[in-house]
Amino acid sequence: MPGVAENQPAEKPRHKPSRAPRTPMPEREAAERATDFDEVAIGYSQDDAIAEAMRCLQCRNPTCIDGCPVNIDIKSFIGHIIEGNWADGVAVLKERNALPAVCGRVCPQEEQCEAACVLAKKGEPVAIGRLERYLGDFDLACDIESRCVPELAPSSGFRVAVVGSGPAGLAAAGELARLGHAVTIFESLHAPGGVLSYGIPEFRLPKSIVNAEIEMLETAGVEIVLDSVIGQIETVEELMAPSEKGGSGYDAVFLGLGAGLPVFMGIPGENLNGVYSANEFLTRVNLMRAFDFPHADTPVWRGRKVAVVGGGNVAMDAARTAKRLGAEEVFLVYRRTEDEMPARREEVHHAREEGIEFKMLCSPSEITGREGWVTGLVATRMELGEADDSGRRSPVCVLGSEFPIECDTVIMAVGTRANPMLDRAAPDIETTRRGYILTDEEGATSVPGVFAGGDIVTGAATVILAMGAGKRSARAIDAWLREGKPGA
Amino acid sequence: MGVEAPRIARKVKAGQFLVLRVAEGGERIPLTFSDWSAEEGWIRFIFMRVGKTTHELSHLEVGDSIADVAGPLGQPTHVGDLGRVAVVGGGVGAAVAYSVARAMAEAGDEVTVILGARTADLLVLEEELRALPIKELVVMTDDGSVGRGGLVTAPLKELCESGAIDNAFAVGPAIMMKFCAATTAEFDVPTIVSLNPIMVDGTGMCGACRVTVGGETKFGCVDGPDFDGHAVNFEELLTRQRIYTDDERVADAEYSRGCQCQV
Ligand SMILES: Cc1cc2nc3c(=O)[nH]c(=O)nc-3n(C[C@H](O)[C@H](O)[C@H](O)COP(=O)(O)OP(=O)(O)OC[C@H]3O[C@@H](n4cnc5c(N)ncnc54)[C@H](O)[C@@H]3O)c2cc1C
Ligand code: FES
Repeated sequence: MPGVAENQPAEKPRHKPSRAPRTPMPEREAAERATDFDEVAIGYSQDDAIAEAMRCLQCRNPTCIDGCPVNIDIKSFIGHIIEGNWADGVAVLKERNALPAVCGRVCPQEEQCEAACVLAKKGEPVAIGRLERYLGDFDLACDIESRCVPELAPSSGFRVAVVGSGPAGLAAAGELARLGHAVTIFESLHAPGGVLSYGIPEFRLPKSIVNAEIEMLETAGVEIVLDSVIGQIETVEELMAPSEKGGSGYDAVFLGLGAGLPVFMGIPGENLNGVYSANEFLTRVNLMRAFDFPHADTPVWRGRKVAVVGGGNVAMDAARTAKRLGAEEVFLVYRRTEDEMPARREEVHHAREEGIEFKMLCSPSEITGREGWVTGLVATRMELGEADDSGRRSPVCVLGSEFPIECDTVIMAVGTRANPMLDRAAPDIETTRRGYILTDEEGATSVPGVFAGGDIVTGAATVILAMGAGKRSARAIDAWLREGKPGA
Repeated sequence: MGVEAPRIARKVKAGQFLVLRVAEGGERIPLTFSDWSAEEGWIRFIFMRVGKTTHELSHLEVGDSIADVAGPLGQPTHVGDLGRVAVVGGGVGAAVAYSVARAMAEAGDEVTVILGARTADLLVLEEELRALPIKELVVMTDDGSVGRGGLVTAPLKELCESGAIDNAFAVGPAIMMKFCAATTAEFDVPTIVSLNPIMVDGTGMCGACRVTVGGETKFGCVDGPDFDGHAVNFEELLTRQRIYTDDERVADAEYSRGCQCQV
């Protein structure tokens, strides 16, 4: 309890950390898994989880917690695993993270909590992410009645609209519901989840996990309205206008729109048939289930030789998806080296195991074609120059180093931007030069009662940051509503 | 086909479209509104049975529901200061032509509609168009089975030649829009075309719908569907529309095995 002296540790038997090496993640063989869409990492068994938890030093001043963007009490949830108190462990996770089964799978732990683990100095940090996943899965495997559901505060009488059902929107909705508000999520697509549904593939994040998390939200009373593009069917102003004036009468709005607009490179040949944005390619396969064509109705062009441009998680997902659709050769074309790749280490490792070829230090300058279809790329060699703002060494073209690469499909995974639809949804909202929403630390925008968080504020980032922002905004919305809407 | 969709019906403007999915596992297909009633809460669209999804649609009966309808999407067609304007609608483009002509006429533009189809059986909305306060309706069929025989570009060219129009709007198959734009370009008559690229989400998230206009890449679903016909790269649009021709054949074959009708 806050303000009270800590429990005497002497009550419990002292924890003796094990010195065993990091417990490996059980995975399916590369040759087997590269032909289907089932999950690659099988997940820890109970014994694995306990063995791994036993490696934790249970530091007096744990550093891992600061490494977590939402400051999960890692020491405590691992302590619960050591003692076999699964449900208590889940409760600790859920205090800070609404979607542990998701984050345990997709967070870049090696740059966050695990980088801050004391054992990381020796190269073998506690596998915090895998333990988080273990507890998250434990919770989802329980019947819905016995899952860890936060207690809902009594109804406040306020109604809040959440736009977008990605991690930011889901986290905001969950927290708002917990705080007693009536929440409606508006989602433009026919399925909720944002990138978790349309972007991250099944083999990395099974949709059953995402759906189970969403089902939990609905149990907590959150209403989800699909097929509703805010900006087209209703503006933010209309959402908030009183019903006498034809509006929907919401007291506050949270915008978790994501950064969904795919960027292309602006090089010749990008509109040839066989050139996809990673978003389109992944959406066709994940959301529209093109891997099951013709049983599902949406087709996808299945190339034999596929070039994926980029080096982030999106590029890895696209490359591994292309492989699973039957491509003979898949290669990444990335302008820096493997060390600078922003993708999670584990994904890079899995991609290599599955036979994805890495063409480093080159960048396409043209896509070539015949009769409207892609036949290859012209790439330019790159060298690493000075470090840029992000601390990464920026690539510089080597003059006259162009060389051809043969391929029949090109997938562009070079980033996304804010969708200009935002302008139609909320024309008065202040945005940055790049079209992202300007907010204060709590997520308040320039329009009173309108809050925002996730990729639409930060630009493409991570699930955990989006979730953290959603939750933070939910609390700020709660305060704003209860303090009598200053400015309203 | 008419669908009850009060939230959408309240918002539609001429020239916008919707994306629908007939059932779970279905494709998302864009269709244009032909008519709607905000008061009665319904929308109407016209489709031609060409593939699996449109076949499934045609098998729905009164009272059935459609899994998903999202809209209105895209920007409305600009109306109101066009003066004397020719609206050309070919094939199922007649649906858009009808709602756009109506909006233009209501906004005070003087509208001549050129309605085209391959043959009499495929001509739609003729009666409805006649009921609009427009200047003239010219009906064209390729085979001359009704109206004048020939292509829509013939009367369009005559209107241009006689200086009878200030603006033109064309909607229909890409190839028709291409020739309409080429016809008006000769006479410098500004021409808007309502493009129909392949789409997935229809919300600007995938880029499947990209088209080149004046040398720049645009997303058909959010930047359009209306563009300057004289600046559109129609060759690219025509090529891009053929990406999945083979797959469509596979899907149709798979579908007709389980269905009595001919695809
Ligand atoms: C392929 C891929 C792989 C990734 N892998 C990882 C990973 O391994 N680890 C990690 O941490 N991060 C990863 N990311 C990044 C992460 O997914 C995003 O940072 C995160 O999803 C952002 O969440 P969000 O809620 O802000 O937006 P999104 O997830 O983009 O959700 C936004 C939602 O809002 C909806 N929407 C948008 N506009 C409107 C509107 N006008 N009206 C109604 N609804 C609207 C969208 O349809 C969407 O559902 C990946 C991203 C991609 C694309
Ligand atoms: S259809 Fe996906 S961006 Fe236009």
